[in-house]
Amino acid sequence: MKKIQLLLMGILCISTAYAQDYFPKNDGVKSEITNYTAIINAKLYITPTKVIENGTLLIKDGMVVRSGKNIQIPENSEIIDANGNSVYPSFVDMYSTFGVAKPKRVNGSGRSPQYGPSREGFYWNDHIRPEQNAIDVFKFDEKTAKSMLEQGFGVVNTHMEDGIVRGSGALIALDLDGTDANRIISGRSGQYLSFSKSVQSRQSYPTSIMGGMALLRQLYHDADWYKKGNAKTTDRSIEAFNSNSDLVQIMGAGSRANALRADAVGDQFGIQYIILGGGDEYERINTIKNTNAAFILPVNFPKPYDVENSFLANKLELESMKEWNQRPSNPKVFEEHNIKFALTTNGLKSVSEFKTHVKNAINHGLSPTKALEALTTVPSQLLRNNKIGNLQNGSYANFTITSGDIFETTTSIYEHWIRGSRTVFGDLNSKDVRGSYTFNFDNSEYKLDISGKKEAPKATLKADSLKLSCSVKQDKDWVYLLFTSKDTLQQNFMRFSAKVNETSSNLSGILNFSDGSSQNLTLIKAEKKDDKTSEKEKKESEAKTILSVSYPNGPYGFDKLPEAETLLFQNATVWTNENDGILTHTDVLIKDGKIAAIGQNLKSKNAKIIDATGKHLTSGIIDEHSHIAAASINEAGQNSSAEVSIEDVIDADDVNIYRNLSGGVTTIQILHGSANPIGGRSAIIKLKWGESAKNLIYKNSPKFIKFALGENVKQSNWGSYERFPQTRMGVEQTYMDYFSRAKAYDLKKKSGQAYRVDLELEVLAEILNKERFISCHSYVQSEINMLMKVAERFNFNINTFTHILEGYKVADKMKAHGVGASTFSDWWAYKYEVNDAIPYNAAILNNVGVITAINSDDAEMSRRLNQEAAKAVKYGGASEEDAWKMVTLNPAKLLHIDDKVGSIKVGKDADLVLWSNHPLSIYAKAEQTLIEGTTYFDIARNQEHRKNITTERNTLIQMMLKAKNKGMKTQAVKVNKKQDMHCDTLDHEQNHNHN
Amino acid sequence: MKRINTYIIALLTISFLGSAQQTPTPQQQNTVAIVGATAHIGNGSVLENSLVIFKDGVLQYVGAHDEGKINSDNEVINASGQHVYPGFIIPNSTLGLIEIDAVRASDDDSEIGTWNPHIRSLIAYNTESKVVETMRPNGVLLAQITPRGGRISGTSSVVQLDAWNWEDAVIKVDDGIHMNWPNSFSRGRWWAGEDPGLKINKNYNGEIQELTSYFNNARVHNANENPGLNLPFEAMKGVFDGNKTLYIHVDDEKGIIDAVAFSKTQNIQKVVLVGAYEAYKQTALLKENGISVLLRRIHTRPEKSDEDYDLPFKLAKILVDAGVTVALEASGDMERMNSRNLPFYAGTTVAYGLSKEQALQLITLNAAKILGIDAHYGSLEVGKSATLFISKGDALDMRTNHLKNAYIDGRKISLESHQTKLWKRYSNKYKNQ
Repeated sequence: MKKIQLLLMGILCISTAYAQDYFPKNDGVKSEITNYTAIINAKLYITPTKVIENGTLLIKDGMVVRSGKNIQIPENSEIIDANGNSVYPSFVDMYSTFGVAKPKRVNGSGRSPQYGPSREGFYWNDHIRPEQNAIDVFKFDEKTAKSMLEQGFGVVNTHMEDGIVRGSGALIALDLDGTDANRIISGRSGQYLSFSKSVQSRQSYPTSIMGGMALLRQLYHDADWYKKGNAKTTDRSIEAFNSNSDLVQIMGAGSRANALRADAVGDQFGIQYIILGGGDEYERINTIKNTNAAFILPVNFPKPYDVENSFLANKLELESMKEWNQRPSNPKVFEEHNIKFALTTNGLKSVSEFKTHVKNAINHGLSPTKALEALTTVPSQLLRNNKIGNLQNGSYANFTITSGDIFETTTSIYEHWIRGSRTVFGDLNSKDVRGSYTFNFDNSEYKLDISGKKEAPKATLKADSLKLSCSVKQDKDWVYLLFTSKDTLQQNFMRFSAKVNETSSNLSGILNFSDGSSQNLTLIKAEKKDDKTSEKEKKESEAKTILSVSYPNGPYGFDKLPEAETLLFQNATVWTNENDGILTHTDVLIKDGKIAAIGQNLKSKNAKIIDATGKHLTSGIIDEHSHIAAASINEAGQNSSAEVSIEDVIDADDVNIYRNLSGGVTTIQILHGSANPIGGRSAIIKLKWGESAKNLIYKNSPKFIKFALGENVKQSNWGSYERFPQTRMGVEQTYMDYFSRAKAYDLKKKSGQAYRVDLELEVLAEILNKERFISCHSYVQSEINMLMKVAERFNFNINTFTHILEGYKVADKMKAHGVGASTFSDWWAYKYEVNDAIPYNAAILNNVGVITAINSDDAEMSRRLNQEAAKAVKYGGASEEDAWKMVTLNPAKLLHIDDKVGSIKVGKDADLVLWSNHPLSIYAKAEQTLIEGTTYFDIARNQEHRKNITTERNTLIQMMLKAKNKGMKTQAVKVNKKQDMHCDTLDHEQNHNHN
Repeated sequence: MKRINTYIIALLTISFLGSAQQTPTPQQQNTVAIVGATAHIGNGSVLENSLVIFKDGVLQYVGAHDEGKINSDNEVINASGQHVYPGFIIPNSTLGLIEIDAVRASDDDSEIGTWNPHIRSLIAYNTESKVVETMRPNGVLLAQITPRGGRISGTSSVVQLDAWNWEDAVIKVDDGIHMNWPNSFSRGRWWAGEDPGLKINKNYNGEIQELTSYFNNARVHNANENPGLNLPFEAMKGVFDGNKTLYIHVDDEKGIIDAVAFSKTQNIQKVVLVGAYEAYKQTALLKENGISVLLRRIHTRPEKSDEDYDLPFKLAKILVDAGVTVALEASGDMERMNSRNLPFYAGTTVAYGLSKEQALQLITLNAAKILGIDAHYGSLEVGKSATLFISKGDALDMRTNHLKNAYIDGRKISLESHQTKLWKRYSNKYKNQ
């Protein structure tokens, strides 16, 4: 193939090196070509939906002059007969890095992270790089260009894939023969963004995806401030950013979750990004549709896993297997839901895999027309350039000539024309010699089958049913055959050469024997039967077994989301958490998601009856301090990160949500970590398993922020010595500084003067205005006391001290201040500052009158918080009712949500747990967990889930074994472990230290 | 003068208590008779309204309440409505080897190097650890102190948790060697830009080959009449002659099968699997080869998201039903301070299928058998050590685990700790306000 290509290149490339007409010419006379080229007799795809049989494409100077049927061909036209082959507009890849080398990662020295920027005169954050233009570093890459052309791509929008704001892209035609003057369609085509940091700087911020979001938001505010002429200094980044604002904005989100995050940022500033997807959008396609964004979809569908070894296969997560099965249907799902999308080679290991994957998507239900649109008209429209992606009059003459449907695996691309430059991959006019032949010599009958691609045929040869080794080559109108003799003892090679006959389909030529003798031989071509390959194709296209998407799309997901019911729990022991205390033999009716009645012998016509005899009914457990269900926990790049919010990074698919439900937990506060004195904003969510991230967030959620004190914020336990503060003394001053500045900021804002929006100070001002509450990670008494005093100086109160393991030493002061406590039951000794932590803490605080909760800060303990509450009875003798409130009503109070949850009271949310036993007992199991009247966990239904998991696993394993058996390439089993989050976990890091 | 002395002693005692562990109790003086309690023997049986008598640290009588058995000079403890249990045993523990995780200077659990059979935990065991004393109020009275790290971590010893020093503490010196079986999967190094997930450990067979070679060399070294100096090989001797147990820390099914095959090939007499998450898939193999299991911490989450959410809770039930001898261990994150929750790990196995007495065996007699101390510990049987405690309620449930008295070798030990002192000190502060 390669050889043929090289051979033909020299002969056929009648390239006209377009020199600009105003360039002086000193090596001869100017010789302008004014001829036309007409491709006639083609199945012409002017657009994916405008297809002309027997059409003509008339081009001149690299542009389409006219296209269609019955085109008048000027006399000075070179005519190329397409012989009924197809002509397609070249594909456009709008998320490319073609010719733009990825910068090298800078190596740093020193143990401490870099907090400040490396540059001067640019934005304060090195990862904001709008001033970097792809065109400035663009270098045409001939090798990649060739493989792109071979896949059908003629135009790419390339960019520097580095940084959060990456600057403008460039639209490049893959013209092998021209110069950059011909290739560059636009040097300013789209501004690219992402949530990934630049490798050109070690600046620490942002360390998390939520920090990336906050940084972008702040940048939009700063750009606006700058545009209005308020800045006193020059910022080349912002200047470039503002000047790029008229461009298409392309966001390299790379996953369904990040796509939604990007869209949320865009919406806030009136910007609709075009979003690079991750291939997992089908999992919640409606949330994707709601973004109104157009998507660029990768086709890097996973290979099947090699599950031959059952031990290794057992390690494989169901989710990973499902991905293999479902991902190729992602484009189809976009088509079904009428969401605009383009396709890209981005994410592929090799460009040459592209069409195979697209074909796979088509086999999974994507229509070929949509596929073609996604590669031509859609990118043209998205890039706002109507001269690419079609063959209308006046468009660029960028097209391929193919033997048939461009996505079929047997189709050959003969030629690719880019602005008049012609790259030939196969001879358009060479005769197709594929088929079955028979011939006789030496008293044997030989049967030859030539199949495969026209330009790269394959041969199999049998002599009387004995298979011989055989190869075939076609060089323009010559066919060469090499095969072994029948004699198995002494293998000799025979050669056959035939010139293709224009009039006969038989092959007549010379057969050379091993002894040098030769004879004439004719291979008789059989009548055309059903092509074997096409049958194989058909088999492949057969409806694929695609597992249905569940919510979430992993284990324990629902096929259909459960709904609220009218339920009557009869004869339960009811822990009201109200003045009624614990009621025995009591009924509870729930209706419309609320608790409708509590009493005895309750009746309801349409309620489903649940016999709760011998069981306990309580309100759902509330975990004040959780880190499950989040994609990031710490923004550690600054000593204050008030601008980030966990609400931006909720992971609704975390199986720990389900596990928490199985432990009776219904509401959690996902707190930012403890990496810095001022952390990020919290998310309060209900564990509505199956719902989207947005729907988990507590309605009208009170606003919270995490603060932290002590060893973590001082960075005591790892080698970091650069960031202020390094002592508890410095922690106080950090707060004094930030709150003083927030106060001044707020005053200025309220005065009506122009002010630069500062997202961090906005949040801190909310605290000063008592609109946002602090939950502060704390251990030792001195710092606890300190923070209360700082708050008092600024006239607000700390809402909650979380962990608060030495709270018992300052319980009286805490009570006087009015702060609540949310503590561990019995953790201690993991670091120096918890040396005096005691399990009696909760009971002492509770006795003194501080509102006291027990939290988990741990995905395992959170599903046993009922047992942790029981420890307040064991250690310190709290009453059982009080202990129970420590994981229900008291955290509800601390979170300011006790008007809706935390007790069993008529009118409150029906967030309930039915326990098999006394809820404080180690022997109790949650049998049902309800949120707003909907049963999200049911111990009986869980058995069904288990069966489904087993069935799905077995089905998928069988499918993968079948795929391997068919010869498909596989990948080794690997386990994508989700990170366990704790207070001090950073993104992309496995850190097992606690709290 | 005398009064001053008393003052000084009192002062000294107070200041001493302020920084160190509770003072170990001297030898048992009086014979003790515990009357009327529900006695949980530890071997699966239970006696209502029992009588338990012990003298000189040894159980004299365990049976039905019989006034005739009680002597007038006996210290009689009325425990009717209460429960007596053998002291709980925590195997595979680093108690006393680390005081505060984050303070490196206080960490002595893991030596550098790969082949460390000669490393002995016992001599680093800190009897004055503040963490150790918090075990006793929940009934945890004995521990196997075990080093960590390397392919062969070192040698463990079994101690009781009320002692002046490690020589006082030890009840079985150098009971076994701990070995970490190679992993089938290894974790990507995220800091080197690798996917942090697990991928197949390509060097698995090579690592087993290394192990085999090490064992072969250690064996022939010890077979030699005049071997040269080799401390690690010498430490291995007990593994070959049956004096030491080989504890193989392994979790995955294939690893378990390989480890069992390895121990058979190496002709190791006493083999115990530690962790053994997937042992439930190979119960027949373990039973057939008489291999018992120290099962990993019950209060953990499943390894995989699609496994049963309660799999860790019910593993013990599956193993026990299949006839495998099982005890519970608690290693992992926060393991030392969490070891006082050992009774509740056992309690959880009751919620997930075992009977209370079966669950109790997991932290008493089964543990004693596995550690090879069952001749003296692990159950309330005549002739065994009076290492036991009285709880006001069911000790496997945190709701009712409330110790009244506890005894190690008949010595009534303190149930106070650094933590109870702080509790009392601050409770009093607020009481007086």
